[in-house]
Amino acid sequence: MRTLVLTLILIVFSVISLFVGVADITLTDILQWDAEKMSLITISRIPRTVALILAGVGMSISGVIMQQMTQNKFVAPTTAGTLEAAKMGLLIFLIFIPTAGSALKMLSAFLFTFAASLIFLSIVRKIRYRNVVFVPLVGLMFGGIIGSISTFFAVRLNIMQDTNAWMMGDFSGILQGRYELIYLSLPAIAITYIYANKFTVIGMGEDFSKNLGLNYRAIMNIGLFCVSLTVSAVVITAGAIPFLGLIVPNVVSLIFGDNLKKTLPLVALSGANFLLVCDIVGRIVIYPYEIPIGVMVSIIGAVIFLVLILRKR
Amino acid sequence: MKGIKKSFLITIMLLLAAAVLFLFYKMGNNWEFALRLRGIKVATILVVSCCVAYSSVAFQTLTNNRILTPSIMGFESVYLLLQTVIVFIYGDQTFRVLSSLDNFLLSVLVMIGFAFLLYLLIYKRGKDNLYLLLLVGIILGTLFNSLSSFMQLLIDPNDYFIVQGKMFASFNKINRDLLWPSAIVLVLILIAGFRMTKYLDVLSLGRDQAINLGVNYNRVVQLFLVMIAILVSVSTALVGPITFLGLLVTNLTYELFKTHKHEVIIAACCLVTAVTLLAGQFVMERVLNLSTPVSAIINLVGGVYFMYLLLRVRKL
Repeated sequence: MRTLVLTLILIVFSVISLFVGVADITLTDILQWDAEKMSLITISRIPRTVALILAGVGMSISGVIMQQMTQNKFVAPTTAGTLEAAKMGLLIFLIFIPTAGSALKMLSAFLFTFAASLIFLSIVRKIRYRNVVFVPLVGLMFGGIIGSISTFFAVRLNIMQDTNAWMMGDFSGILQGRYELIYLSLPAIAITYIYANKFTVIGMGEDFSKNLGLNYRAIMNIGLFCVSLTVSAVVITAGAIPFLGLIVPNVVSLIFGDNLKKTLPLVALSGANFLLVCDIVGRIVIYPYEIPIGVMVSIIGAVIFLVLILRKR
Repeated sequence: MKGIKKSFLITIMLLLAAAVLFLFYKMGNNWEFALRLRGIKVATILVVSCCVAYSSVAFQTLTNNRILTPSIMGFESVYLLLQTVIVFIYGDQTFRVLSSLDNFLLSVLVMIGFAFLLYLLIYKRGKDNLYLLLLVGIILGTLFNSLSSFMQLLIDPNDYFIVQGKMFASFNKINRDLLWPSAIVLVLILIAGFRMTKYLDVLSLGRDQAINLGVNYNRVVQLFLVMIAILVSVSTALVGPITFLGLLVTNLTYELFKTHKHEVIIAACCLVTAVTLLAGQFVMERVLNLSTPVSAIINLVGGVYFMYLLLRVRKL
């Protein structure tokens, strides 16, 4: 039922997203099959909408997996150095093999996010007192350190403003032929859904899951793989979208509880809806220009996150 | 105690050597000019070192943690946002409209204002969890950072270099007018601070022990937080952000001086920081002739060292 409602909302927003933009496209254009406007739709509007949905689904699901793996509500790609690691992977490839295609860039980003997540998990395991707030704090520091290493190289090569521009989450540059890598997040999303029950168990701790006969290591690795794949695919196509993986799962779990098999579709749909709304608003506010979605999401996301942590005692 | 004295002696010698080398190496013909210029740099480095050392040591004791540093609490993001806004509005006229002294005072005020708002936000709600305070600070910092990076996208690439210059601490653009006010603030804070080091010794035992020993915990912590805010603001506004310097030097100091007496550690940390900065600046400027700002290097070295620490220790 809830899934149905959220799906309907998603369809409505997707349609709106198809029709919002500088070029004025109306329903009659589609009915009359106006060739010029149709090509605009297939080249720009549809890819953009699809990318938005996939990014929204992917980032919020990655957040859920990371929260289960670390047993901490406040861990997500933003607060675990994952985004910074993807950025570093991109940057290093751009420095050493500037002509490489985006598939190779993505591979490099993937490897870096994977390694960073491994390191972060091993750090979390060492944390003595299980203060909820302390883990994301360490994660943010960790991200800052990775960031400072990439900044060093960016400054040396005088490409600070460019790196800044690449990393700013923005869907305005998405065109047919330039966004297809984001489809790589689909298998990761599917795997997450299949393993949803196991991720729920993982969230109860290592001992508990081993006790239930779960192959803890293997599930953790699968989780890491899914997160790294999704995050690197999204970062390559659209740039960093902060806070999404943090706030969507938290708000959903506040309302609907923690049974992943039930809530995972809700998280996915809410993530996509949230991202679509942010993008549509960003396209309208300073029309005909656009506010990059990274800015929109981080403003809204930061505020929601602050409310979440301050509400908890 | 003997080991500590020896370490002190060595550090002081190193500091003197670094200072002499920095001041007198390859003076050229116009030695008077060179000496004045370098003298200002050395003085600035000393001021910044003391600010960073005191604030980092005190902060780590308050949070009972050696892997945190006060500058991540959002100060630098506030500073950068302010600088970005200024350049965004005035473009290349920035230097004409706003003198560096005005900019300095404005930055200090805005950063301290931010810190007070943050403290109020947490303490008014009766939440005295320092980690929460930090996390809220960092999140606000992230928010400010994305606002700044959005504005930086809109700035003309030529003007962007003004902002980029502000992103990294540099000792090359020091203004003498700023040195005096900073030094005065520093001395006042340090006088107050050194009288309070005994509290730090007690606080390092942990919150419960401190309360048990009769310390008015919340009050003392708030006092320290205010001093930390002022010191971090002054050093950031004076030279720019060096995020991980505090992290690097405090841990180095604890490794070199194996003690937990704050009187010793803070004094030692000031020296270690000064040596680090002087040596770093000297190597960058004269030996390698690199134009990369010294803070980028320090953040790199500090970052790598910190990773090593994180992975080496068994428990955090």
